[in-house]
Amino acid sequence: MTSMALDRDPARSWHSARTAPPAGRLPRLLLEAGADGDLAAHVHRHGPVPNRGGPGLLLPTLEAAGLTGRGGAGFPAGRKWRTVAAGNRSAVVVGNGAEGEPASGKDAVLLTTNPHLVIDGLLLAAEAVGARRTVLVLAPDRSVRGAVDTALRERRDARRVELVEASDRFVAGEESAVVDAIEGGPGLPRSTPPRVFDQGVGGRPTLVQNVETLAHVALVARYGADWFRGVGTTAEPGSLLTTVADAGGRWVAEVAHGAPLGSVVNVSDEVQAVLVGGYHGTWLSASVAHRADLSRRSLSRWGASPGAGVLVALPASACGVVETARVALYLAADSAGQCGPCLNGLPRIAVVLEELARGRATRRDLDDLARWAGLVKHRGACGHPDGTVRFVRSALQVFDAEVEAHLAGSCRRTDARPVLPVPDVGGG
Amino acid sequence: MNVLWVLSRATGLVSLVLLTLMVVLGVAVTRRSRPRRGGRLGARQLVLVGLHRNTALLALLVLATHIGTVVADSYVDIRWYDSVVPFVGTYKSFWLGLGTLSLDIALLLVVTSLVRHRLPLRFWRGIHVLAYLAWPVALVHAVGIGTDMRSAPGLLLAGVCALGGTGAVLWRMSAGSALPVADRAPDTLTALRAERARHRQLVAPGR
Amino acid sequence: MSGDLELLIDRTACTGHGLCAELLPEVLDLDEWGYPMIPSGPVPSGLEQHARRAVTACPVLALRLARIAGR
Repeated sequence: MTSMALDRDPARSWHSARTAPPAGRLPRLLLEAGADGDLAAHVHRHGPVPNRGGPGLLLPTLEAAGLTGRGGAGFPAGRKWRTVAAGNRSAVVVGNGAEGEPASGKDAVLLTTNPHLVIDGLLLAAEAVGARRTVLVLAPDRSVRGAVDTALRERRDARRVELVEASDRFVAGEESAVVDAIEGGPGLPRSTPPRVFDQGVGGRPTLVQNVETLAHVALVARYGADWFRGVGTTAEPGSLLTTVADAGGRWVAEVAHGAPLGSVVNVSDEVQAVLVGGYHGTWLSASVAHRADLSRRSLSRWGASPGAGVLVALPASACGVVETARVALYLAADSAGQCGPCLNGLPRIAVVLEELARGRATRRDLDDLARWAGLVKHRGACGHPDGTVRFVRSALQVFDAEVEAHLAGSCRRTDARPVLPVPDVGGG
Repeated sequence: MNVLWVLSRATGLVSLVLLTLMVVLGVAVTRRSRPRRGGRLGARQLVLVGLHRNTALLALLVLATHIGTVVADSYVDIRWYDSVVPFVGTYKSFWLGLGTLSLDIALLLVVTSLVRHRLPLRFWRGIHVLAYLAWPVALVHAVGIGTDMRSAPGLLLAGVCALGGTGAVLWRMSAGSALPVADRAPDTLTALRAERARHRQLVAPGR
Repeated sequence: MSGDLELLIDRTACTGHGLCAELLPEVLDLDEWGYPMIPSGPVPSGLEQHARRAVTACPVLALRLARIAGR
């Protein structure tokens, strides 16, 4: 098996609770510096889990709040919950903390610093959709596991919450992969239909929700929809956690929807581009980054979306082609390998990018790449090929000058240090 | 000359040949050569699958004749139930029993294949693997009980079938022609890099 | 005019034998690696029988025909 060379210890790699410029009512999920995350402090801060009185009662509040999933897809939570609750078998609720994205650390930080908020949300969701089984799926990270274990043991209402460890693959957080892992499988995505909210764990309607979304639920249940809408925009209310990497370091910050991108990530003159949304996301040039804000509406103008909140600033001293090639090789090597188009297409795309990075690709190679990219879209069991293609295409667009330079055999980077974190998965 | 006796021997030999052919075709279905652009891979696969199925059904038909004539022939005391219940016969019960065993497995294979759309794929595959048991058992039955196996042509036939079947099994197990989807993604990357490097050497050696 | 059946494929089961494309070439094409390209939308009317044959012929049962929801 492969092994992760990346240090996933959030306490060392990430500094939590650095908030974005004020909307005045942040942070909500992240704790103030020095605050405790244990049960006593949690109850002191927010009070006990509100008793919603039975199944379904939380749903109208959730819908009024307009909470959307924070795992990347941004699907309205209320609508998903209604579908699961309407199933004719008792449901299963899963808190998804698998966080397969190497550049993302928000779930790890949330689970280690404020786990009780997530557990509250999990229990509230279970009550709301009539679930008899609750599962928390965690990344293979010892400090996260330890923090969640401790938190669960502190409580009496969470005795039946099960803990399942996901694999360290990129696709481990995909909802059908999560269901597969819970059922004891290898944790690889499954073919759909049926979608997991119709038939998931044990054939039951399964609600798979990112742990950050559950944390928001815990607060919405206490303070209401209007409070939730106190930050953010009308169309996209609330706050979100972002994992930011720029010249100042790497950290997790909680920001309001609609915050200018430049206020979240430092886009100085030394920055040539920003990666928005992680390795299935989109590159934006620095000039675009200055004009965009962190919302679906704004980012969609450039074919981008917030995703799971990953923002990485690419310094001018680095090379976008080289960085993209490194990530593409990782994404190709980490494919589940179940679907022919993905298994054939992604490695070819990645190898051509690698040759381009080394100055040895031709224009014909790039034509081949474009053809392969078209062939893999929507032809896998999960979104891995689609997301990878989106990432690669945006790179070829934003770094077009660098692509030309590399076709001629030269590279303009002055700093050879890698920017985007890539675990060691072999084949590279 | 006892017609039934001759017919039973002939159909037995033909069954053996057909079964061997069926195994070879079955393995051929699982092999996928790298498809060329515009190649007719699907057509080849369709023909192979069809041949495999039809050979199996034909073999079953000949087998039915073989069993029918053996039972009907009064020269040896083989009852009808000996054809489905192994090792209870009185005539060379061990070798006969092997044939019965092989038939039982074959019947199971055919029935599950006829309703394979109603069965989970893994279950059907698990049963189908038993074909690799049914074939050698049938071969041993033929060699052990066959009157013709005391003559050179009979032994030659058995030898050819043995070679054919063994070859098919080895072919199945060979990794070189394994289905691409069984490759691990990192292996694909490594293989691709090597292939492209080779191609570059051919096209522009020494660059 | 189109019918009310659509072709669904289990991409994790498909191993690219290509029988489906041979039996339903009006609808299915193979990509350069031998895997079928399934267009979305209903199977054109008149081809349902061929589509059924294509589904039956798949050696790994990766294809199925389903009624389009809402029709």
